[in-house]
Amino acid sequence: MSELRFTKDHEWLLIDGDTATVGITDYAQGQLGDIVFVEVPEKGKQLKAGADAAVVESVKAASEVYAPIAGEVTEGNTALPDAPETVNSDPQGAGWFFKMTIADQNEVKALMDQNAYDKFVAELS
Amino acid sequence: MDHATDLSLKSTPLDALHRSLGGKMVPFAGYAMPVNYPIGVLKEHLHTRAKAGLFDVSHMGQGELTGSDPAAALEALIPGDVKALAPGRIRYSTLLNAEGGIIDDLMITKVDDGRLFLIVNAACKDGDYAHIAAALDGKVKVGRFEDRALLALQGPDAAKVLPRFVPGCEAMAFMSSKVDRFKLPSGKGVDVRLFRSGYTGEDGWEISIPGEDGEAVAKVLLDQPEVEPIGLGARDSLRLEAGLCLYGSDIDATTTPVEANLNWIIGKRRRAEGGFPGAEKILAQLKDGPDKLRVGIKPLGRAPARAHTEIQDTNNQPLGEITSGGFGPSVNGPVAMGYVAATHAGTKTQVNLIVRGQSMPAEVADLPFTPHRYFKGK
Repeated sequence: MSELRFTKDHEWLLIDGDTATVGITDYAQGQLGDIVFVEVPEKGKQLKAGADAAVVESVKAASEVYAPIAGEVTEGNTALPDAPETVNSDPQGAGWFFKMTIADQNEVKALMDQNAYDKFVAELS
Repeated sequence: MDHATDLSLKSTPLDALHRSLGGKMVPFAGYAMPVNYPIGVLKEHLHTRAKAGLFDVSHMGQGELTGSDPAAALEALIPGDVKALAPGRIRYSTLLNAEGGIIDDLMITKVDDGRLFLIVNAACKDGDYAHIAAALDGKVKVGRFEDRALLALQGPDAAKVLPRFVPGCEAMAFMSSKVDRFKLPSGKGVDVRLFRSGYTGEDGWEISIPGEDGEAVAKVLLDQPEVEPIGLGARDSLRLEAGLCLYGSDIDATTTPVEANLNWIIGKRRRAEGGFPGAEKILAQLKDGPDKLRVGIKPLGRAPARAHTEIQDTNNQPLGEITSGGFGPSVNGPVAMGYVAATHAGTKTQVNLIVRGQSMPAEVADLPFTPHRYFKGK
């Protein structure tokens, strides 16, 4: 069964067994504004939790997307660099950044669920 | 509390209007200013190039020099020929320090022989006025208009919109200025000073308005179908594509007008006579060429290169750095400007940009990235 988890850096993870799909949340894309450049990691890249994993840039600013957990990249969303605006229009769907293995399930358990993340975002504004 | 409601920030006369329009307020040069509105930076930028955009630039410093021959007094501080300015004409120039470095850039309008109207940068205004006042001998006085609003209406449709309220203004020449009356729908007339200039590369005006009338004028302009409100984000991307300098980024106290590729602001008579701060250095640079030069930089991939990105030659030797860079919505790709060694300033010179530790190909490009479309007269 798949479940959603979130980080305080506004990334979402769709957990499916021992793999996760990673992207940025609707709140994050709204804060960034019009996204004009995306760089996703290549398959096979080893990620440590908190390491730079991807790049997302809006008209005004560049931001890093951090690896929310440790693991190995199994696929980058190669459609994104040619259509970075997808991150604005469908951040939690077609705008996914990369898929990765889950090295340690305990790292997933430490992340927020939907309710906790919604509360976290509500407190920001 | 969001920091744009920080009470230490100043607000412009249009603050309530920005918030009612959904402007995202950020601190800028001590003011709470809208960085964008709900349609976002990209659409605001493209709308300005397609139709017309309205910008609140009331944070900028509006002031005047009055008295006996203010042109002569100002010429002691800048390299421009102010004495040759005809009444109603505007000139772009720079305040210089003793080393020829740029203290600020400014717009100078000659009202008449006894009065110059100045527009300076928000972040520099206190320093500028103090600098100017310290150089005056008592025959010329500096005044500030802290209570006035300043709007910019920019874009190809600006000349359709503004004449609805200021009939005849469409005939004004580029870089000219006059006082006129803006007719509000209520029938009330507002005394405004118009400047046919701007910071986008497009035709348009800057409009100086008594602060209490600023919101009424802005609302009337925003009611026009061609006009959208535009924030600081698109103002920056528009001026970058237009190759226009941002003070504090592309020009500062360590760069001279020659290094900044602004030779055109140094008047012919001033080149012959000197007599401005740093003249010895600047005239030598004009004669022999500067060591570094501001150029356009076009990244050849899709990744934008931001300010302070290192520029290297194709042998990985440092050449300089990017001073402004980002995504150009009208170019539909990354655009930048920066300083390179003068040996590498030729158009199409291949360079590398060090972005996130990786070397990315780019080339020196002619400025502007998008052609200027200033009013050329009919």
